[in-house]
Amino acid sequence: MIHSLFIINNTGDVFMEKHWKSVIHKSICDYFFEAQTKAGSAEDVPPIIATPHHYLINIYRNQLYYVAVVTTEVPPLFVIEFLHRVVDIFEDYFQGCGESILKEYYVIVYELLDEMLDNGFPLAMESNILKELIKPPNFLRTITDTITGKTTGVGATLPTGQLSNVPWRRTGVKYTNNEAYFDVIEEIDAIIDKSGSTVIAEVQGYIDCLVKLSGMPDLTLTFINPRLLDDISFHPCIRFKRWESEKVLSFVPPDGNFRLLSYHIGANNMVAIPVYLKHNIFYREGTAGRFDVSVLAKSTMGKTVENLVLECPFPKSVLNVTLTPNQGKYSFDPTTKVMSWDVGRLDPTKTPNIKGTINLQTGCPVPESNPTISLQFTISTLALSGIKVNRLDMYGEKYKPFKGVKYITKAGKFQIRT
Amino acid sequence: MAGNGGFQASSGYNDRPPSSTGSGEADVGVDPATSSFFNNEFKRHEDLKMMLDSNKDSQKLDAMKRIIGMVAKGKDASDLFPAVVKNVVSKNLEVKKLVYVYLTRYAEEQQDLALLSISTFQRALKDPNQLIRASALRVLSSIRVQMIAPIMMLAIKEAVMDMSPYVRKTAAHGIPKLYSIDPEQKDQLVEVIEKLLADKTTLVAGSAIQAFEEVCPERIDLIHKNYRKLCNLLVDVEEWGQIVIINMLTRYVRSQFINPNSDDVGEEVEKPFYESEKDDDDDDNDDDGDSKPKPKQYMMDADHRLILRQCKPLLNSRNAAVVMAVAQLYHHCAPRSEVGIVAKSLIRLLRSHSEVQYVVLSNIATMSIKQKGMFEPFLKSFYVRSHDATHIKLLKLEILTNLATETNIATILRELQTYVTSSDKEFAAATIQAIGRCASNISEVTDSCLNGLVLLMSNRDESVVAESVVVIKKLLQMQSSTHKDIIIHMAKMVDNITVPMARASILWLIGEYSDRVPKIAPDVLRKMAKTFIQEEDIVKLQILNLGVKLMITNSKQTKLLCQYVFNLAKYDQNYDIRDRSRFLRALVLPTGEKGPLAKHAKKIFLSTKPAPVLESRFKDRDQYQLGTLSHMINMRATGYQQLMEWPEVAPDPTVRNVEVVMPWSEKPLLDSKKQKKTEKSFYSSSESSSVADSSDDDDDSDDETDSADTDESDSEEDSSANSNAEESDSSIELKKPKVKKVEKIEVKKDDSGTESDDDDSSDDDDSSDDDDSSETEEEIVKKKSPEKKKPPAKKSATKPSQDLDLLLDFGSEGTSGGVTSQPVQSTMGVNDLLTPMSALDLDIETNKNTTTANSQMFASVQVETKSYELLNKMSGDGLSIKYKFTRTISIFSPKMVSIELVLTNSNDKTLSGIKVGAKKIQPGMEIQDFPEIAALASKNSTTVLMSVNFNDTTQPASFEICTDDRKFNVSITAPVGELLQPNNMLEKEFIKEQGKLSGMAENSTKVKLDEDSADMKSIVSKVLMVANVVQVTSSETGIFRFSAVTLATSTLVLVSVAVKENGDAKLTVNCEKMVIGAMLMKDVKKSLES
Repeated sequence: MIHSLFIINNTGDVFMEKHWKSVIHKSICDYFFEAQTKAGSAEDVPPIIATPHHYLINIYRNQLYYVAVVTTEVPPLFVIEFLHRVVDIFEDYFQGCGESILKEYYVIVYELLDEMLDNGFPLAMESNILKELIKPPNFLRTITDTITGKTTGVGATLPTGQLSNVPWRRTGVKYTNNEAYFDVIEEIDAIIDKSGSTVIAEVQGYIDCLVKLSGMPDLTLTFINPRLLDDISFHPCIRFKRWESEKVLSFVPPDGNFRLLSYHIGANNMVAIPVYLKHNIFYREGTAGRFDVSVLAKSTMGKTVENLVLECPFPKSVLNVTLTPNQGKYSFDPTTKVMSWDVGRLDPTKTPNIKGTINLQTGCPVPESNPTISLQFTISTLALSGIKVNRLDMYGEKYKPFKGVKYITKAGKFQIRT
Repeated sequence: MAGNGGFQASSGYNDRPPSSTGSGEADVGVDPATSSFFNNEFKRHEDLKMMLDSNKDSQKLDAMKRIIGMVAKGKDASDLFPAVVKNVVSKNLEVKKLVYVYLTRYAEEQQDLALLSISTFQRALKDPNQLIRASALRVLSSIRVQMIAPIMMLAIKEAVMDMSPYVRKTAAHGIPKLYSIDPEQKDQLVEVIEKLLADKTTLVAGSAIQAFEEVCPERIDLIHKNYRKLCNLLVDVEEWGQIVIINMLTRYVRSQFINPNSDDVGEEVEKPFYESEKDDDDDDNDDDGDSKPKPKQYMMDADHRLILRQCKPLLNSRNAAVVMAVAQLYHHCAPRSEVGIVAKSLIRLLRSHSEVQYVVLSNIATMSIKQKGMFEPFLKSFYVRSHDATHIKLLKLEILTNLATETNIATILRELQTYVTSSDKEFAAATIQAIGRCASNISEVTDSCLNGLVLLMSNRDESVVAESVVVIKKLLQMQSSTHKDIIIHMAKMVDNITVPMARASILWLIGEYSDRVPKIAPDVLRKMAKTFIQEEDIVKLQILNLGVKLMITNSKQTKLLCQYVFNLAKYDQNYDIRDRSRFLRALVLPTGEKGPLAKHAKKIFLSTKPAPVLESRFKDRDQYQLGTLSHMINMRATGYQQLMEWPEVAPDPTVRNVEVVMPWSEKPLLDSKKQKKTEKSFYSSSESSSVADSSDDDDDSDDETDSADTDESDSEEDSSANSNAEESDSSIELKKPKVKKVEKIEVKKDDSGTESDDDDSSDDDDSSDDDDSSETEEEIVKKKSPEKKKPPAKKSATKPSQDLDLLLDFGSEGTSGGVTSQPVQSTMGVNDLLTPMSALDLDIETNKNTTTANSQMFASVQVETKSYELLNKMSGDGLSIKYKFTRTISIFSPKMVSIELVLTNSNDKTLSGIKVGAKKIQPGMEIQDFPEIAALASKNSTTVLMSVNFNDTTQPASFEICTDDRKFNVSITAPVGELLQPNNMLEKEFIKEQGKLSGMAENSTKVKLDEDSADMKSIVSKVLMVANVVQVTSSETGIFRFSAVTLATSTLVLVSVAVKENGDAKLTVNCEKMVIGAMLMKDVKKSLES
């Protein structure tokens, strides 16, 4: 299936390659570079490139391209999903996945890649299993290893997870403090048109967990309003039957960090928009155009909107902008022509406003349309959809775990057309 | 190893191609990276070799790490091969692992040297550690050296039979590897694959199918027998396996079942895309599809339905590829009315990484051509965001256009309008084309679209204007109606538009429809003639065209102008234009007499031209299976398997039938993991109880032992050994260890004296489990919870010695089948007896510390117990409940009576939330509820178990049965015979106990037996029918003795029936509790006399 993997940095250096079958020379990447130069930006590189004898499937993450080479028919999503999972695992192992990190831990990276695939087909992809086979780098362990003279970072026995029907959980987990944290994170994707009416608003939610529980706990998570979740994808640990019949999440959790589920609340349900903009933007040839934007809170359910950042990409013909915000700071990048205004907290008593002039390059025609403004913000202790965890029960173990649930609403792709 | 030095010297320096050395050095010099990985300060790896030869593991490890660094970077490290390969025997795991990594990378290049390592792997293949076996097999099969193909073959064949599923999985991965280096082994490999396909472990399934797909995808016949198993296992297989299995099954379904859409497929395919009216009809059909009765002849095969049903939950997978696989399965194989369910999940994937979006959108684009109704509700999800990458924007636009119908066209057009002004010009141009396609597809909006496009022509942006002109040209060409005003408008715009393509388009339009604008056309030509020299080539050509066309239709006004233009063109710089002018002039302005061509000039130039068809570029993509690479790149990828057309007549469906009971001896090591699991739980419970037995410990230890049991990988082997042994029906060998065990017990018993009855009872329980498991293995696999259906035997632990004798006896003559000589077993067939015994032996064998073999003698007696009504249909409002006593030990407490309830819903509607409500019971009694039944469908029935501790009374246990909206008061009364559990004892003992229980505790009566029922068999069965007792071996003929204890207080109950010559019998019941004794006597008497 997957023949080889090349990891390429932004400057076009193939700094790591791994072959699961016979070796393919890295000159195959030339086809990729060709496509890369054709594309305007890094994101525009087509994910699938057909070359005479090979097919290149690539993903772009953390400023790195991961280019997989396949020679035969294979579902492209299979490869893409695999590559993303690889990066996820690297991030889990090394707390980051930049070029320097991969270079620092190249041995572990290589061992991991070797363990994940056999003949191009996934062999062990569960982080819990891999961590038993290959120990993650750990400062403390490095020290003890040097002292005791033990140098092995690989496990000698087959992780039991590999054979059990809960492959995602390793066995023999022990913690002195047993705790389980659940973060309900919701992201609003919205498009708001010129007049301020909502074109589309959707909520994409996740429940990310940090579970540090000893033994083999069997958890049951119930919601006050489970009916909200009708479009949902589960971590394999969740017993689907139980959810279908009782709308209860019952699962033996993996150890550590993982995403329990993600859900999508579609455009058909009404989603309240927490903030909106008042804007007045126009360009004028020769003289300065105007830019006047205010942010107003709409339905925040009594919670404060924080970390509000407004981004406005101007067309290339704009020379610079001269603005005065009444709150926060703004910056204008003359190369990308992006104006970014860091508003901070949205104080209900005050309306943050930014206004000033836009200067066009002389001789350039007036831009066709006004820019689309995107917003970033977070609202803590609020899940916009109204989903609420009812209770968490644990079976199978005797201790009392510490449990915590946190709600956060964030702006996802929140765009305002002006 | 002595030769290694020589190898090093030769391969290290001389054989290396100079070019590679050169490049390596260049790399070293240029590389600016600072990390140690990229600092190749060593020279020709001399120091690395030293380190590899050192005695210290840490040095070796350092060296290996650096070498792996080179491998990772793609630098040549092949000259180190001999030095590295020596370390394949290293004891240090990490060194070993890195050596393996190195080996797989370079073995192909250094085949001879690689052979040195083979013996190490062969040895490792026999290692007791499954991880080592597996990794040895992995490396062995990854060394692409043709010479070792036979060794690989052997290793794979062996590994397929390995007990560890992990090793079997590795073997499955090895198959394609071997196939790629030696395709001639195919036949043998197919055999191996066949074996692997039969494997029931979820871990192996995915890899086995992958091997199948790579080696012999055409051997679809291998799948038949495994089809149902694969479908059923699917949910439990790991994600990656699911993908390959679903893809393979899609092909299978297409080849084995008939088209579920056969009734309407024709019109769907043939439907011309742009004729909107027909389109609508189709849509309606789609919607009606559910209600419209399918033609009688089509009935979906149950197996076809199975795969669809099994796949559905996978739509909730977190893995996008799994969701896509299910979606394509539904798209290709499901009835059209059901395909819709995948839409929502596909939409959800659009929130994922942009690469995933790209693939999913491409597939949606193809699907949306065929079935637009499916994605219409999600129209807004395809709205373009300003951050989307260009290729994603274009795909979304494509889909929006595909989804346009006259109901939503207004919304779509409004949305498209905002895109037109996008600063991404490629996208804006594509938007205008999309508007054009909408206009051509939906006749209602053609005019408004045209108007809109005309408005766009006055846009400030040139590219927008140009694109709209081009699109308008196409639209006008398609329209039969005249659009004089638009043409006039465009003619006026010639003055302003500068984009050559747009100008050319306008000129072409005017020329083509010059008859509609007879006054304007010559004027345009006049203007053009003026500016001819400044125009672009493409425009000049169109000016010439315009001139010719006008010349033909209106030669009076334009002849001079035309000649002027031709003259200008004659001296143009571009040869193409010069050529064209010469060619055209000869046709329309012939110098001499008119040639034959000139006569037909009008036909040549003003013939009606076919209108361009605006259609999706995804139109022809559906020839490829969705979700495949070929579909994405729109050409056949290597190894693409064409999806077959549905067969006209379904091939024989019986090929998928599998014998229910697999012959065990055939594949001793390939038992399903699940099966093992269940078995294990049985055994482990027996183990734990035996632990409890020997240590007089209580339940607490159970959990521990249970979990320990499941965790130890060894136990896996144990249990497979069990199943192994289980296959052989029975043998002397198996009995021998048992005898030993029994001796042990004797010793122990002597020490410990009397033991509590509870412990024993749980043992007995196991014995009945075991016979269950061996008899109906299949069944148990399905029921995960151990249900006990058979009355367990009960014995008194106070007199083990005689029991032992009996067992020993039995053991010695076990093979002869002379069991019938045991009067105790007289009520049972030989089979009944043998099977539980062999299972029991196993039990003892596995649990080395078992101490309780003595009670097993009394295997279950099968008596059909009576069924009573708890709630009748009338009073239960359609819900009727019957109950019967299962005569098994309750799983909740040994003091409880286990009761099986059969709930039947004779209503028309589903009853939900059936559970036990408030209870009204006597003190000392307990009720263990049955688990709530979430829903009971109409005309269905279900069986649940509940347990009641009657506290040795015949008082009724009253409680409520609640449904969601009703409550029913019911009560269960246990006949006294059901409050007992069998208690094993010997005749001598029985007589002794009976002697103790004389006087008040004895009830006796005379019974008149029927003529025909006076024989032994019927008496025993009649007694057993009323009371849960066990017969005691009797040496006297005509006397039948039965013994039991009460459940709650374990009070001894003895029943004896002495048959007299005249057909009368004397029935005696001895029990400390007089009430029970008396009542039991009454019941037994009634039964005997009936």
